Amino acid sequence: MAIIIFSILVVGGFYWFSKNVMQVRSNILLGREIDRTDNASERWKTMLLVAFGQKKMFTRPIPALLHLCLYVAFIITQIELIEILADGFSGSHRLFRSSLGGFYTFMISFIEILSVLAFIATIAFLSRRNLLKLPRLNMKELVGWPTKDANLILIMEIVLVTFIFMMNGADEVMFNRGISHAAHGVKDSFNFSISGSLGPVLFGGLSDGGLEVIERIGWWGHLLMVLTFLNYLPYSKHFHIVLAFPNTYYSNLEKKGKFNNIASVTEEVKKMMDPSIDPYATTGNEGEVPQRFGAKDVTDLTWKNLLDAYTCTECGRCTSSCPANQTGKLLSPRKIMMDTRDRLVELGEGIRKNGKEFTDGKSLLGDYITEEEIWACTSCNACVQECPVNIDPLSIIVDLRRYLVMEESKMPTELTGMMSNIENNGAPWQFSPADRGNWINE
Amino acid sequence: MSTTFQVPTMAELMAKGETADILFWVGCSGSFDDRAKKITKAVAKILHACNVKFAVLGAEESCTGDPAKRAGNEFTFQMQAMMNIQVLEGYEVKKIVTACPHCFNTLKNEYPELGGKYEVIHHTQLIQELINQGKLALKGGELYKGKKITFHDPCYLGRANDVYEAPRALIEKLDAELVEMKRCKTNGLCCGAGGAQMFKEAEKGNKEINIERTEDALETNASVIATGCPFCNTMMTDGVKNFNKEQDIQVLDVAELIANAADL
Repeated sequence: MAIIIFSILVVGGFYWFSKNVMQVRSNILLGREIDRTDNASERWKTMLLVAFGQKKMFTRPIPALLHLCLYVAFIITQIELIEILADGFSGSHRLFRSSLGGFYTFMISFIEILSVLAFIATIAFLSRRNLLKLPRLNMKELVGWPTKDANLILIMEIVLVTFIFMMNGADEVMFNRGISHAAHGVKDSFNFSISGSLGPVLFGGLSDGGLEVIERIGWWGHLLMVLTFLNYLPYSKHFHIVLAFPNTYYSNLEKKGKFNNIASVTEEVKKMMDPSIDPYATTGNEGEVPQRFGAKDVTDLTWKNLLDAYTCTECGRCTSSCPANQTGKLLSPRKIMMDTRDRLVELGEGIRKNGKEFTDGKSLLGDYITEEEIWACTSCNACVQECPVNIDPLSIIVDLRRYLVMEESKMPTELTGMMSNIENNGAPWQFSPADRGNWINE
Repeated sequence: MSTTFQVPTMAELMAKGETADILFWVGCSGSFDDRAKKITKAVAKILHACNVKFAVLGAEESCTGDPAKRAGNEFTFQMQAMMNIQVLEGYEVKKIVTACPHCFNTLKNEYPELGGKYEVIHHTQLIQELINQGKLALKGGELYKGKKITFHDPCYLGRANDVYEAPRALIEKLDAELVEMKRCKTNGLCCGAGGAQMFKEAEKGNKEINIERTEDALETNASVIATGCPFCNTMMTDGVKNFNKEQDIQVLDVAELIANAADL
């Protein structure tokens, strides 16, 4: 019976997760094409250093160390999950113990130490958010769901660690009494680093039946927590634990100062400058709707921009380093990413229900991001530099500006002047091009 | 103050059947802004003193299109780029030096795809090269000896193009004490001019960015804020004025420091 329930839970949990992942994937693919398949070796290297190696986290050592505890604990604990899965499907108990021997004791002990570190880190993170009220974790774009999301993740981590110690601690006491399912009738100790002493302290006074209940709650709880967590990810900022890897792989490998040149504009400009081209000639693609210049909505952004949005875990390093934000302007690069994701989820939902042509009259620019926000950007790349998972808020900001300027001719009036000066005088100010060399003889 | 030597234009050289080894791209600020013109002259003097065969475009130079591009006007940018590329092609330009990180970034990174492929370097990189080759001696080395100098990283030189060392190496050659601001290099704070902000009022906020940055600089107690960008220079100069500190702290381009120290 337990095996059947277990199998349904595990298969169901993974099924729902993959279903949600596919939904996220189809949302991301609503974005425009961009080629990020070149230079595979450099891409693997970037992923290894930035995502796996946490390289960029360490510019801020304290959160980096706390985060490292959680990160390593998370990865290593998955080894224990393998045993839980094996035990669940086969109906065994601590299947790997007899075959691995001393290495098993070492691994579980290691996991327990990491779990304690993760527990401490989680408490520290909760305190930073809720007691110390760190500015970057308490900004106005986090009011409501984002704050709840963050706290929920941390609480789930505490619950998970609690289950691990209930399971191992109760089993330790049962082993002491010779009733552990790991070795029936043998009185011994698992000799695990933490639960070896913590188990008897916490559960030593319980009856044999009570121990059995605690051990089972720990075991099933661990499994349920993992499955819950897994299925919570696609709805949460915590999805970064998965997407950080592809997102860093598909990083922009060019210099940060290089903005893309819009190819359709290049074609137009070439035509304008080539007197031999007949401006009225047919191009052979009359039926095609020309692509919008820049971005008004999420579907005008590239799939990498959209992957960025799902990868963002709202840490706010970008915003805390943004010169506009630091001086009280409305712009927050983190909010740009959060808005992009929220709008994408909304639009993707509509498209799934109503078909590809779905429109709701809303758009990223206007309904989520205001013009005031994007005009405050100095394009200094501090946000791009800061992001620990190589998210690029700047390219979204520039594409939104491009839409405003090139499709709607909407921009601060001084910029209209600057642009016409460039067009007429070849300089952003009203000076005659003939005076360019004046400095030589002044 | 007139330059005591003649800076040739590419057209003049071509008329004489000569070519230049390197084009000095002056940029709009360097051509028209009175303060930035002094930086332009300092660069020209250094190039001349080192016997570099260089020339400028003069009236044939036009805005790279950088501010239009950062403001979202891709049409104006690409029009400017194509016109400039045609001019550069006409003179078969292979190597460009510029004292403006915005021109530097645009010419180096954004022109190649449009057909303009050149070796582009920032003036601090070229000057470093020249000094290392022994072509320029800093005889007036006493001028900045022991003085505290801080360097403000221009975003389009630093983060945008990973050039952090050349300007610092030059400051160290002055025998000066290079003091870093609390935010420097990859962490450097913008002066507030980039992304076409130079040409508009800032959005509503509680502080100007150049004031925030000038505070960083004043905290170092340096006597010189060195920059490598004419726009940063304007912003920092305004910031210093705002605190009435013009008597205590100067804002100078690295090229000006070197030209002064070399007694040019």
